[in-house]
Amino acid sequence: MVNYILNHLKILESESIFVIREVAAQFERPVLLFSGGKDSIVMAHLAKKAFWPARIPFPLLHIDTGHNFEETILFRDQLVQELGVKLIVGSVQETIDKGRAIEEKGPEASRNVLQTTTLLDTIEEYRFDAALGGARRDEEKARAKERFFSHRDEFGQWDPKNQRPELWNLFNGKKRIGEHFRVFPLSNWTEMDIWQYIYMDRIPIPEIYYTHERDVFCRNGVWLAAAPFMQLKEGEKIERKRVRCRTIGDITCTGLTISKANNLEEIIAEIAATRITERGGRADDKRSEAAMEDRKKEGYF
Amino acid sequence: MSPEKTKGYLDMELLRFTTAGSVDDGKSTLIGRLLYDSKSIFEDQMEAIKLASERLGEDFINLALLTDGLRAEREQGITIDVAYRYFATPKRKFIIADTPGHIQYTRNMVTGASSANLALILIDARKGVIEQTKRHSFIASLLKIPHVALCINKMDLVNYSQEVFEEIVDDFRNFASRLEIHDIRFIPISALNGDNVVDRSENMPWYLGPTLLYYLENVHISSDENLVDCRFPVQYVIRPQTEAFHDYRAYAGRVAGGVFKPGDRVMVLPSGFVSHIKTIDAFEGSLEYAFPPMSVAITLEDDIDISRGDMIVREQNQPFTGQDLDVMLCWMNEKPLQTNGRYIIRHTTREAKCLVKEILYKTDVNTLSRLEDDKYIGLNDIGRVRLRTTLPFFYDSYKENRNTGSIILIEEGTNNTVGAGMII
Repeated sequence: MVNYILNHLKILESESIFVIREVAAQFERPVLLFSGGKDSIVMAHLAKKAFWPARIPFPLLHIDTGHNFEETILFRDQLVQELGVKLIVGSVQETIDKGRAIEEKGPEASRNVLQTTTLLDTIEEYRFDAALGGARRDEEKARAKERFFSHRDEFGQWDPKNQRPELWNLFNGKKRIGEHFRVFPLSNWTEMDIWQYIYMDRIPIPEIYYTHERDVFCRNGVWLAAAPFMQLKEGEKIERKRVRCRTIGDITCTGLTISKANNLEEIIAEIAATRITERGGRADDKRSEAAMEDRKKEGYF
Repeated sequence: MSPEKTKGYLDMELLRFTTAGSVDDGKSTLIGRLLYDSKSIFEDQMEAIKLASERLGEDFINLALLTDGLRAEREQGITIDVAYRYFATPKRKFIIADTPGHIQYTRNMVTGASSANLALILIDARKGVIEQTKRHSFIASLLKIPHVALCINKMDLVNYSQEVFEEIVDDFRNFASRLEIHDIRFIPISALNGDNVVDRSENMPWYLGPTLLYYLENVHISSDENLVDCRFPVQYVIRPQTEAFHDYRAYAGRVAGGVFKPGDRVMVLPSGFVSHIKTIDAFEGSLEYAFPPMSVAITLEDDIDISRGDMIVREQNQPFTGQDLDVMLCWMNEKPLQTNGRYIIRHTTREAKCLVKEILYKTDVNTLSRLEDDKYIGLNDIGRVRLRTTLPFFYDSYKENRNTGSIILIEEGTNNTVGAGMII
C-alpha cells in the first residue's frame, strides 16, 4: 500500500511553493529579494521549482551595501545567469552619494540600517507591489508574529499591532495604490530545516559557509572578518583562524563561527549541537532589545 | 554525525498544534518545558529573556518573552497575537500556534486552529472544567481539529490525586458529548515539575497512558487529510513559451483533496469539460500520483481553456456548485457584520463578491447555545450566516474537507480580512 504522507521538508517545500505561486497570481510586479545568503538561495531554488519548466516570472533584487564578502557576489552573478532572470542591484553607495542617507561614523559603523532607504527607493522606482523575502519566524522575536503576506503602507512601514489575520491557505494580498506587500514563504522553516533541505536537494551554496582560513578579529565576543573598510579599535588585533559563516549579511556585521565543518553533514551536526542562535553573531540585532522591530517598522527586510 | 543519522533527520513528520490559555494556567511553563527539554531554546535567547524578566521585576524566567517580541507586548506584559514556536525531536517537527487566552481570543484561537492537526487544552486541576475550557473545546470542534490533548495541569497541587483527575475527565466527557471531537486524550501533568511532560511521572503510578511528548510524537496524523474526494483548485497557469516547451501548458496548484494519477478521467469546473490527466509534473520529474498537501503542476490530454479559480475534479465525485453558502462565521473586525453588507469572498483560489443575505443566529461560545434573537455579530462573535455570491463556487462542507470548505471575507475599501467562515 502507498503511504500518503510527506516528510516535514516536503510539506514545508509545498507550502512555500504555494505561497510563491500565490504571489505570481495575486500581484502585478513582484520581486525576489536576494542577499546571497542561504535563505535567499533556498528561496531562489523554490521559485525555480514553482514555475518549472518556465522561468521565474519576476526579477531578483539585491540591496548592495558595497561591503560584501567577494564570494557572495560571484555566487550571485553565476546563479542569476543559470536561472536566466534579471538582476536589479540597489546600491547603498548611490543612496549615500545622492544624500538620501548619511553614513554612520566610527569603528562600529555599519550600512545595515541604510539599506532600508535603498530598498524602499528601489521598490518605488520599479513600482514593485510584492517583495518576496527569506525571513523565518524562528530567527528573531519580532519576526515570530509576522504574516506570510505582510502589508506595508505607502511609506513602506509595518504596523505589527494591526496585522490582517491569516487563516488556512487563504492569503489576502489586496492593497491600495502605493502600498506593497512583503511576502515570507519560509516563515515556518527553522535554521535546521534550511540546512537539511540544502542537503536533501544538493543546493549549491557559497564556499564561505564551509570552513576556510581567514584574517579575523574579535569584537564584543564576536569574530568579524578583516576588510579594508573595517576600522580596528584599540586592543583589537588581526588573527588568522579557521572559520565559516553561519549567516551571510553585510561583512561589517556578520559574525563568523570558529569551525572545522567542511561539508553539509558536518554543518548539520554542528547546528544540532550548538547552543547559540544564528543571529547571536549579528551585530545589527544587538543594538537594542527591539532593534529588529524598529528596523522592520521603518521598512527593513 | 554519520550520514545515516543525517538522513534520519530528513525523515521527520510534521505536526501543527495550537495551544490556548490564560497567563496563569501554566501554558508558558508547559511550552517552555517542551522547548527547553528538546533543546530548542538557545543560550543567548535564555540569557536575553532572563534579563528581560528581571527588568520587568519578575522573579521567574518568563518564557513568553521568547516570542512576545513586540515592544508593546513587552511593556504591557501581554501577548497580542498568535505566536509561532518551533521545536523538533528526532521523530517529528512541531509547529506551535500559541494563542493568547484573554485579548481577541476568538479571532486568535480561530486563526491558530485553522491549520492545526491537534489542539492542546490546559485545565488547572484545582479549578476543573471552566468556561474557558469550554470555549477552547468549542473552537477546536468548530474548526475540526482532528485531535485534542487535554492536559490536566498542576497535579502536584492536588496531591497527584487519581480521583481529582477522573472527576475532571468525567466532567469534560459530559460536556464534550455535545461537540464533534473524535479523538481526545486526557493526560495528568505538572508542567512545573515535569510530570508526564517528557518523562513518565513517578508520582502518578496509577496513570498508564502516554506522556504528553510521547503522544505528540505518535498520534496518528496520516489520515487527517481527505484522500477520497479529488479536488485540485487551479492556482496558476504555467506556459514556458520556450522552444523546448513550445506547447507546454500546465495547471499549477496544491492538491486540496483526494489522490490524482496520470490517466485519471477528470472534469474541469465550471466549464464541465472532461479530459484525462496526461502528466503530474514537479521539478524533479513526473510523478505517479499526487495527494494533499502537495504542490504540483497537472497537464491534460486535451486543450481546454482553464484559468486560476477553476477546479479539477472527478466526474463521478463532484463538489457542490452554487452561489448560496451557509457558513459558520467568525467575525474579526471592530465594525459588526452588516446584513445586506457586501464583502469580497475568497475560497480556494477563487474570489468573488458576496452579499450577506441573512444572519440566522449567534452562538454563545461559552454555553454553545443558539441565540436566535441576537443577530448582532461583532468582533470575536460566531454565528450562522447565509451568503449569496456573484460567481458560482465549487465547495464541500468544512466537515468533509477543510481546504474546500473554508472561506474568508474581505472588507472593500480597507482590504482588511474581517471574517472567517466554515461552510456547513
